[in-house]
Amino acid sequence: MSSIAQKKGFGATLWDYLTTVDHKKIAILYLITGGLFFVIGGIEAMVIRIQLAQPDSDFVSAGLFNQMITMHGTTMIFLAAMPLLLGFMNAVMPLQIGARDVAFPFLNSLGFWLFFFGGIFLNLSWFMGGAPDAGWTSYASLALASPGHGIDFYTLGLLISGFGTLIGGINFLVTIINMRAPGMTYMRMPLFTWTTFVASALILFAFPPLTVGMVFMMVDRMFDGNFFDHTMGGNTIIWEHLFWIFGHPEVYILILPAFGIFSEIFATFSRKRLFGYSAMVFATVLIGFLGFMVWAHHMFTVGLGPTANAIFSVATMAIAVPTGVKIFNWLLTIWGGSIKFTVAMIYAVAFIPTFTAGGVTGIMLASAPLDYQLHDSYFVVAHFHYVIVGGVVLGLLAGLHYYWPLMFNTMLSEALGKWTFWLFFIGFHLTFFIQHFLGLLGMPRRVFTFGANQGWDLYNLISSIGAIGMALGVAVLVVNIIRTIVKNEKVGRDPWGDGRTLEWAVPQPVPFYNFKQTPLVRGLDTFWIEKQEGNKEGMTYAEPVGDIHMPNNSFIPVVISFGLFVAAFGALYNGEQPWAVPVLILGLVITFGAMIVRSLKDDHGYHVHKEDLMDEKGGKH
Amino acid sequence: MDLNTKYTPQSWPDHPENTTLEGKNKFTGFWLFLGGETVTFASLFATYLALKNKGPSGMEFTTQDLFELPLVFIMTMLLLTSSLTSVYAMYHMKNYNFKAMQAWLMVTVILGLAFLGFEIYEFNHYVHLGFTFGQSAFSSAFFILVGTHGAHVVVGLGWIILLMVRNAKRGLNLYNAPKFYLASLYWHFIDVVWVFIFTVVYLMGVVG
Amino acid sequence: MMKGIKKWRLFSLLTALMVILSGCGEKHLSTLNPAGQVGRDQLDLMLLSTGIMVLVIIVVLIVYVLAIVKFRRSKVGEDVIPKQVEGSHKLELIWTVVPIILLLILAVPTVVKTFDFADVSGMETVNEEGNKTAVTVNVEANLYWWEFEYPDLGIVTSQELVVPTQEKVYFNLIAADVKHSFWIPAAGGKMDTNVDNLNQFYLTFDDASDGLEEGVFYGKCAELCGPSHALMDFKVKSLDRDDFDAWVVKMQDSGAEQAVEGDVAQQGQDIFNKSCITCHAVSGAGTAGSVGPNLATFGDRNRVAGFMDHTEEDIKKWISNPKEYKPGNLMPQPEAINNGKKFTDQELTALTEYLMGLSVED
Repeated sequence: MSSIAQKKGFGATLWDYLTTVDHKKIAILYLITGGLFFVIGGIEAMVIRIQLAQPDSDFVSAGLFNQMITMHGTTMIFLAAMPLLLGFMNAVMPLQIGARDVAFPFLNSLGFWLFFFGGIFLNLSWFMGGAPDAGWTSYASLALASPGHGIDFYTLGLLISGFGTLIGGINFLVTIINMRAPGMTYMRMPLFTWTTFVASALILFAFPPLTVGMVFMMVDRMFDGNFFDHTMGGNTIIWEHLFWIFGHPEVYILILPAFGIFSEIFATFSRKRLFGYSAMVFATVLIGFLGFMVWAHHMFTVGLGPTANAIFSVATMAIAVPTGVKIFNWLLTIWGGSIKFTVAMIYAVAFIPTFTAGGVTGIMLASAPLDYQLHDSYFVVAHFHYVIVGGVVLGLLAGLHYYWPLMFNTMLSEALGKWTFWLFFIGFHLTFFIQHFLGLLGMPRRVFTFGANQGWDLYNLISSIGAIGMALGVAVLVVNIIRTIVKNEKVGRDPWGDGRTLEWAVPQPVPFYNFKQTPLVRGLDTFWIEKQEGNKEGMTYAEPVGDIHMPNNSFIPVVISFGLFVAAFGALYNGEQPWAVPVLILGLVITFGAMIVRSLKDDHGYHVHKEDLMDEKGGKH
Repeated sequence: MDLNTKYTPQSWPDHPENTTLEGKNKFTGFWLFLGGETVTFASLFATYLALKNKGPSGMEFTTQDLFELPLVFIMTMLLLTSSLTSVYAMYHMKNYNFKAMQAWLMVTVILGLAFLGFEIYEFNHYVHLGFTFGQSAFSSAFFILVGTHGAHVVVGLGWIILLMVRNAKRGLNLYNAPKFYLASLYWHFIDVVWVFIFTVVYLMGVVG
Repeated sequence: MMKGIKKWRLFSLLTALMVILSGCGEKHLSTLNPAGQVGRDQLDLMLLSTGIMVLVIIVVLIVYVLAIVKFRRSKVGEDVIPKQVEGSHKLELIWTVVPIILLLILAVPTVVKTFDFADVSGMETVNEEGNKTAVTVNVEANLYWWEFEYPDLGIVTSQELVVPTQEKVYFNLIAADVKHSFWIPAAGGKMDTNVDNLNQFYLTFDDASDGLEEGVFYGKCAELCGPSHALMDFKVKSLDRDDFDAWVVKMQDSGAEQAVEGDVAQQGQDIFNKSCITCHAVSGAGTAGSVGPNLATFGDRNRVAGFMDHTEEDIKKWISNPKEYKPGNLMPQPEAINNGKKFTDQELTALTEYLMGLSVED
């Protein structure tokens, strides 16, 4: 039980993390795994930029290059950005709403391990005959024609990790709906919780179409299906629809939580409440809603006809309105405030012009006739990196600095943080700004090389030099993290001094049950209110100290996920190896067996008793 | 609150499925899950409609000469009735009448198994005609749509049987009441999906 | 201090603008140098949207710079607690309504042009004799090469598209194997070649391409289609209508007239007829659907295999090892078509000589 041991050996710690159902520890697991995949995806990006630094380069072969771009996109979206965001949601959201854990701690753990094994499975493709090579969008005709098992790793890996994400989404939704502390009405929820809520709803409705598409692709390649084989009556455009019905909301699944992180940071370091809170909430919900209405703008050149193109053009433009509302509300939040330029705030401040630039090129792409020129050119590459790096990654880096003290009770070096920022930020603009023009000058995306003297040589070189800056920035960040862990200087509660929301009111290190007494929330920015009124404890309580019910740790999530991991190998080699079907069955037996064990064994959890809480020792892990 | 407390019909709460926080969470979560399931089936239906009757050139199978309404009508009736019997079971669950609940769940399971038997017969029949999974895009879409529903039926039946066996000796409490409730909710969902399959695949296939 | 910064900003902005304007890219390849009405309309939309967007960015930047300069903590004081403003309905209304208006300004031409560019009704127009007035090209995209069939003229070519100027040229687009995308950046936006269905659109070219650096526009495949996606280039030659008609006639007659001059070329033809002709036709008269690119105009072309220099040396390189130069492409290695042997230097020279002689131009 996690409450007993003070100092544990490595084995015990490992076992603790393998079995934990504590949202704070799962957050750390997401952070580590997501961080690892982020570095892998970054290395793949560097290979791409080295290859394209000069014309007619043969640093990597054409086939390997296609594997690189595919895995770079897939890794960054599914295995880095999303898990990192899920990590922050896990770390912060329950504390923000005054909950002792998420609604389904067991499922929370299961969600992580599914993602983990799915991600590992996908990356094993590098060592088992080659990675997927049809682009992260994996358009059907090319994916079906792709030799080897790369695409099979892609579909199976994403199916497994997709289930994990879906479970995570449902979990957060229920947590926010049912487990808010007394007084935490919907319109008092911090923006990060709101964006978590909307992003989770998007996950719930966007992942099923992806799952369906992946299943189609899987049966087409492995089990004799004909969904995308046009000679058998199939249709490849179905894949494009399913993929983008998922794919566009996915963009908002990524960017909304980043918006949430920035909203918290702007308010905190401007010492001012968020300007136009209700408009911000409304804009978030509206973006989430419109996110489902615009998927075909990725398909303007597919030939859907002018009516569809015109409708999706206008619908896409409409999204600019709520996004603009957000930008201006952020500006007005810092306006009239007292801005402290911590590293987190620097990232937030840098985000505004960067994301605005990414947003406006989005409007250009929204115009279908103009998109005919820009689509699948480097202009698009520039655009979505401005949105995803300039929005999501800056948000992740900002969140890392901002929430680090909350998660680890230590603080990342601000000096090194600034180094990372400048290297990364300048490197980023150097890499991607010029790519807009490469697109306009006729350079298609996903080319493994380009001929000299087409007017692209210099721009590509500049772009590659910029990428070095980004890599150096990340390297400094890694040093920063290691240094901080080694130094291990505790910083205590509310380290920024200007914390406004409930998570900063919790004592450090955060007790495993989060709140000894459930807090009573008295308004938006409840911690700020308490501080202004001179409440040293930072919280008003809604209940007397009493027994706290906690869930038991469990190893079953790892077993369930591992079973699917095994089964995936069976499916992959179906019809090729004699052991394929037995392995497939074995994996499914492990998974379903573990699920049956879980449901047969009554697991009521345990209670932390009032007496233990009273003598203050309950606060230790 | 001890989840294993014994209740009497008088002390048993009106909404045993969401009296505890745990039950309430499961209740909310499961409804959301069904939302996701709805999108899944919507995607499958859309694909089916796009690929209906599509196959390699010269394909001889169409919905008109493949489907037989009488068989499917019987299957529909079986599943609809099983949905009704699961409502009875939940009625008794709310009245803390464990034996009656188990009995009605048993009826539900038997009806569900009968449905499944017919479905297996139907699929087998098609395969013998040469309408196999890999025969055409149409066959793939058909088997995936109806087969996914069939898989849901299997999972639903397994779940209900597991709950009945597991709790046979222990009777109802606030820990397992939400589970029974959700299993029955799942069963209703499966039933609703079937109504759509019956309409969109079979009825519109033969008549439309 | 502040003024200095602002001046510096303005200066750098202007420099950037200069660089951008002077660097509109190559005339045969850049979307910023449109070669016809379609590309011009698209550039106009680009300029309009860029204008609107720059306006937005300037407004954001002004508020932004003022905010982060005026309200730094070092300036307002360490212990100041700012007024906790809730929001402003008036401001919210402004930044909701103004963007909507700006977007409408962009939305109207967007919708109009979307329908304009999709209008291919002119394809079917016929003159008094019942002949189609417009040129229609059936484009079939193959794993790393392009086939262009002129169904109304009874001719077919590959890798180099030839079009008349000053009129709408219509395209029927389809892919033979996997999805590709047909893009001539200088002439206008792209359209996908799907495997499942035919796509149609049109482009226009103002002037004959012989004024260009290499005499051709560059065309690209814009959809990832496998390892050699990057090498799936094609070229476009635009001719005045009279020249175009003359070219068509020559193409129609090219079957009989591919005269072979000299012994070396004659030997090349023999090798070709033995090893290559099953896939490659040398007559421009015909229909689409051959296994390999039609070579009737090979001698007139600008590139070998779509991307290599059109020199004898590169032709030999290409023929002797196609797999190396275009990974994943379907042209057999020499061993597969020459009784298990590589071509000798002499055979390569002969083939090259023969191929270079395949021409319909003078």
